[in-house]
Amino acid sequence: MHPFNYIAASSVDETLAVLDELGPRARILAGGTDLLVQLRGERFEIDSIVDIKQVPEARALHVGDSLIIGSAVPCYQIYENSEIANLYPGLIDAASLIGGIQIQSRASIGGNLCNASPSADGICPLIVHSAIANIKSPTTDRTIPVEDFCTGPGKNSLQNNEMLLSIKIPLPSKGFGAAYQRFIPRNEMDIAIASVGSAITVDTIDSNITHARIALGAVGPTPIFAKKSSDFLIGKQPTQHVFEEAAEIAVGEASPIGDMRGTPAQRLQLVRVLTQRTLTIALERAKTNL
Amino acid sequence: MDSPKKIAVNCELNGKPAEFLVAPYQSLLETLREVLGLTGTKEGCNDGNCGACTVTLNGRIVDSCLVLGAEVEGASIDTIEGMATPDGLHPLQQSFLEEAALQCGICTPGFLVSAKALLEREPHPSEERIRLWLAGNLCRCTGYDKIIRAVEKVANQNS
Ligand SMILES: Cc1cc2nc3c(=O)[nH]c(=O)nc-3n(C[C@H](O)[C@H](O)[C@H](O)COP(=O)(O)OP(=O)(O)OC[C@H]3O[C@@H](n4cnc5c(N)ncnc54)[C@H](O)[C@@H]3O)c2cc1C
Ligand code: FES
Ligand code: FES
Repeated sequence: MHPFNYIAASSVDETLAVLDELGPRARILAGGTDLLVQLRGERFEIDSIVDIKQVPEARALHVGDSLIIGSAVPCYQIYENSEIANLYPGLIDAASLIGGIQIQSRASIGGNLCNASPSADGICPLIVHSAIANIKSPTTDRTIPVEDFCTGPGKNSLQNNEMLLSIKIPLPSKGFGAAYQRFIPRNEMDIAIASVGSAITVDTIDSNITHARIALGAVGPTPIFAKKSSDFLIGKQPTQHVFEEAAEIAVGEASPIGDMRGTPAQRLQLVRVLTQRTLTIALERAKTNL
Repeated sequence: MDSPKKIAVNCELNGKPAEFLVAPYQSLLETLREVLGLTGTKEGCNDGNCGACTVTLNGRIVDSCLVLGAEVEGASIDTIEGMATPDGLHPLQQSFLEEAALQCGICTPGFLVSAKALLEREPHPSEERIRLWLAGNLCRCTGYDKIIRAVEKVANQNS
């Protein structure tokens, strides 16, 4: 790797001061599982890394009025927390399939979001759980829904002097269920050809759907909040036929490219299948939550 | 930019205090091999895919190629060098020998460190669980069945 300095920040202010001074010549280090690979691959050069793993706000993980996930919290801390596992099943699906065990010891959901890969496994689940990104600069605090955070492949809406502080997810209501699935050629350790997250809420075991969110991965320049198919579900009976119709609408919301991983047609078919499957699992989970 | 200054790091390495100087951009893998002379930890891919560089950091397995040496200040690290004791090989090492679970051996330290962490956490994992846990460790020569069998054998000996 090319020479750079290492700063272990102990506070948000210290982190922001470095970003303010060095601009794009500084990069935040969370788990490093994207950043160190990119630096070694000489994708870009920097003067300094700012490690935020000792910053209290970046390490926070607690459930209160909502779930707060500090931006550097590694995946294993999320899926090993039984309270979070019960409340946020879609998030757990993702945290336990990112990389292998070694990667999960380090990789954070915050880093996954900031890296803004269209195929990032953490982002669709955050979207269907209605997550909000808490962002901080030296002068202001702002929040943005996760579906608006990524702006293109590898690009996010952070300014050079801003950091992602944490991710906030509201407490799910009674009758909420969510699921995330991806399709990869191997069983583990690969990049999604397409992926889908779904969440639905039902009031009673045989009531109509009162709330739904679908998000699509690796079928556009960013993970996509599929608003039309989500809205279509609201007020409908949660039947397989309705899920098939929703999946058809979701296909229309995807705009995949073809590359060495898959053709557009294959990706669209995957959206169709994974939407139905994740809705079905989300419904099963919703029913256990009544 | 001025050439970055080396950083003094204090940590616990294989149960003993260790102190060393690292360049801020040096990985933990390079630090172990080139600064500390602990060449048991291997480099395969240098990008997080193969697990040959697996070590334990504060009780969790990590790819040491994706950790900076400077990041381990105050941490506790265990490498393959800490696995055997003066009394003999660790049961997993013995089992890998008996089951012929290695050929070139480049992947072996990583598999051993990973498998040890699994059995310490879960003494009786299913075959599926072992395969999933070891998915971040690749082997180019032996094939996985012998490796899995060697781990299962030790799990079966666990009380
Ligand atoms: C072998 C391997 C397998 C992988 N498998 C998967 C997989 O299955 N699914 C998947 O989605 N990803 C996978 N990844 C990619 C990576 O592990 C994930 O994207 C991970 O979640 C990144 O988190 P991190 O904490 O390591 O981020 P880092 O590498 O520390 O950071 C990522 C980027 O975000 C920036 N950043 C981090 N935190 C902040 C912050 N608080 N504010 C502003 N910017 C910030 C960094 O500067 C950097 O540009 C894999 C990577 C490897 C090496
Ligand atoms: S050398 Fe670190 S994972 Fe391959
Ligand atoms: S024994 Fe050669 S890579 Fe596994």
